[in-house]
Amino acid sequence: MALPDSGPTNDVNDVLVRVQNLTKHYPVGRGFFHRQHAVLHAVDDISFEVARGEVLGLVGESGCGKTTTGRMLVRLTNPTSGSIVIDGTDVSSISGADMGTFRQKAQMMFQDPYESLDPRMTIFDIVSEPLNVNHIGNLEQREERVAEMLTRVGLAPPATFMFRFPHELSGGQRQRVAIARALVVNPGFVVADEPTSMLDVSIRTGVMKLLAELREEFGMSYLYITHDLAVARYLCDRIAVMYLGKIVEIAGSEEVIGNPVHPYTRALISAVPVPDPAVVRPIPNVRGGVSKPINPAPRCRFYERCPAAQKVCKESDHPELREVAPGHFAACYIL
Amino acid sequence: MDALLKVEDFTMHYSTKAGWVQAVDGISFALNRGQSLGLVGESGCGKTSIAMSIMRLLPYNAQTKRGKIYLGGRDIYSMTAEEFRQARWKEISMIFQAAMNALNPVYTVGSQIVEAIVEHEPDTTEEEARRRVAELFDLVGIPAERSDHYPHEYSGGMKQRAVIAMALACNPSLIIADEPTTALDVIVQDKILREMEEIRRRINMSMIYISHDISVIAEVSDIVGVMYAGKLMEIGEADDVFKRPRHPYTYGLMHAYPSILGDKRDLATIPGEPPNLMAPPEGCRFNPRCDRATDECRAVEPLMTKVAPEHSIACHNPVWAPSSGGEQVGVAR
Repeated sequence: MALPDSGPTNDVNDVLVRVQNLTKHYPVGRGFFHRQHAVLHAVDDISFEVARGEVLGLVGESGCGKTTTGRMLVRLTNPTSGSIVIDGTDVSSISGADMGTFRQKAQMMFQDPYESLDPRMTIFDIVSEPLNVNHIGNLEQREERVAEMLTRVGLAPPATFMFRFPHELSGGQRQRVAIARALVVNPGFVVADEPTSMLDVSIRTGVMKLLAELREEFGMSYLYITHDLAVARYLCDRIAVMYLGKIVEIAGSEEVIGNPVHPYTRALISAVPVPDPAVVRPIPNVRGGVSKPINPAPRCRFYERCPAAQKVCKESDHPELREVAPGHFAACYIL
Repeated sequence: MDALLKVEDFTMHYSTKAGWVQAVDGISFALNRGQSLGLVGESGCGKTSIAMSIMRLLPYNAQTKRGKIYLGGRDIYSMTAEEFRQARWKEISMIFQAAMNALNPVYTVGSQIVEAIVEHEPDTTEEEARRRVAELFDLVGIPAERSDHYPHEYSGGMKQRAVIAMALACNPSLIIADEPTTALDVIVQDKILREMEEIRRRINMSMIYISHDISVIAEVSDIVGVMYAGKLMEIGEADDVFKRPRHPYTYGLMHAYPSILGDKRDLATIPGEPPNLMAPPEGCRFNPRCDRATDECRAVEPLMTKVAPEHSIACHNPVWAPSSGGEQVGVAR
């Protein structure tokens, strides 16, 4: 049972990112005298595509492999196996000088604006560094470009920010600097790893709106990693739900939120608190807690927690994604 | 009904090298037995500071400027340290932020709770205390045999439950929960919120629940208090506050966050950033970020005013007119 060559997507015409059978295993546990390491299947044989101009949300609980996936896409982590092709470039085969060219195509935004900016660099140094290392423009042009980006992300007038240090800025302002840094080389693809989750609500909304606007303006594609389904619904065209290293459901955002079919997605959605005291949510139908995918048994990863589990779920290997409605894929035997 | 906890015009500032930080300013509210108050606000709005003030756990550089806090009719700041130490855990206890790190790694979880019980109830034997720990674990949903395990053998959600069990150990009449589920995944958060609600109703405990997440507050509160820059901006019955938020800040908070319910809608943004509490703005502290601000808001600080029997706001120019009985006269954005 193999996936079709191209993973599920809503638009096969213009694929920017194609991920096939991507896998990342980590050895864990004691390995000193024991030959055999236990193996953590952080990301296990996942395939998906991101179309040009599309925002794909990657949603799941801590430890589901969403950040590892994002890091592999920009080559901050090397995959164990599988292939990633971004805009015609095979990411795993990039070496040496080509890395610079690749980094101009694909950038990453990190979660914590307090840790992702070098405290000893000025804002200008931070934002212009990608231009520097890629030898783009002369100093004057770089200054101009940095000023333009700072203005665009709402740090205006740029002259008042350029020569300050990160500690002089608030969390929201720092995250805007991090966004400017990622976008200064005009990448076609950005992996955004929860860039708004550390920010306060009143600040977060501004940053979310900025990300949405920038995407329209520059026609960028994002892989947007988040644990928050409401944020994913707001920002993403499609949502992929991950559980223990596997994509268990992927479909258009409204479809995932309004018509989830996988038991895990359903549990996840019913667990999201709602800002209305009059609403009584159903109890999420799920057992136990998240475990770790260490040497996982050959059965559905969700088997232990699934309210609908049957014999087939235990006796067969983890189910493949299959199309349950046009553009709506789920990995479950009981559908 | 006589209030279990009464906070009157409480004002507490921190002394720093750069000057006085006006962290908590003129906060008043009352909480009855069995009631839950949800305090919502962003980082630095003073919600944890007010909790620490009620627990008398303020750092050395904090200074109470004005106001009183009464617990069961007694002014807690006129009690001796020893008297209040007795009250802590037994009458009032707290679940701390990042409580997962509050457990001592070199003792088993059970023995830490036994210690807390024996310390505060000298009449209780260790035997009895152990039995109570078993009951508590049952209450919060940890298997009893886990009490002999060490914290590192627990998952994040279980540590959180253990800390809740510890806070409940001496049957307090009031529990303060400071972001107890913030670091947890939604499914675990949901379980813990449900368990806490059930326990609270079963033993008729009062609770102050502190969170930055207005959705969580909606689920656990009878009364909601919205804090901004050290001030209480709006307080009232949860249903009324969520149905008819009057303060522009409350309105903004509620509309600033996307929801998984209903149609996808545009988000309201609150421009600017929270003020520096060493030099808060004149007049209403929210005025520089408020699109309804008038000259009055920039000059005169609004006082808490009743807009409904159990609903007060501190605003000159509310989103819903106080006199019109719920008719909307304009929206913040």
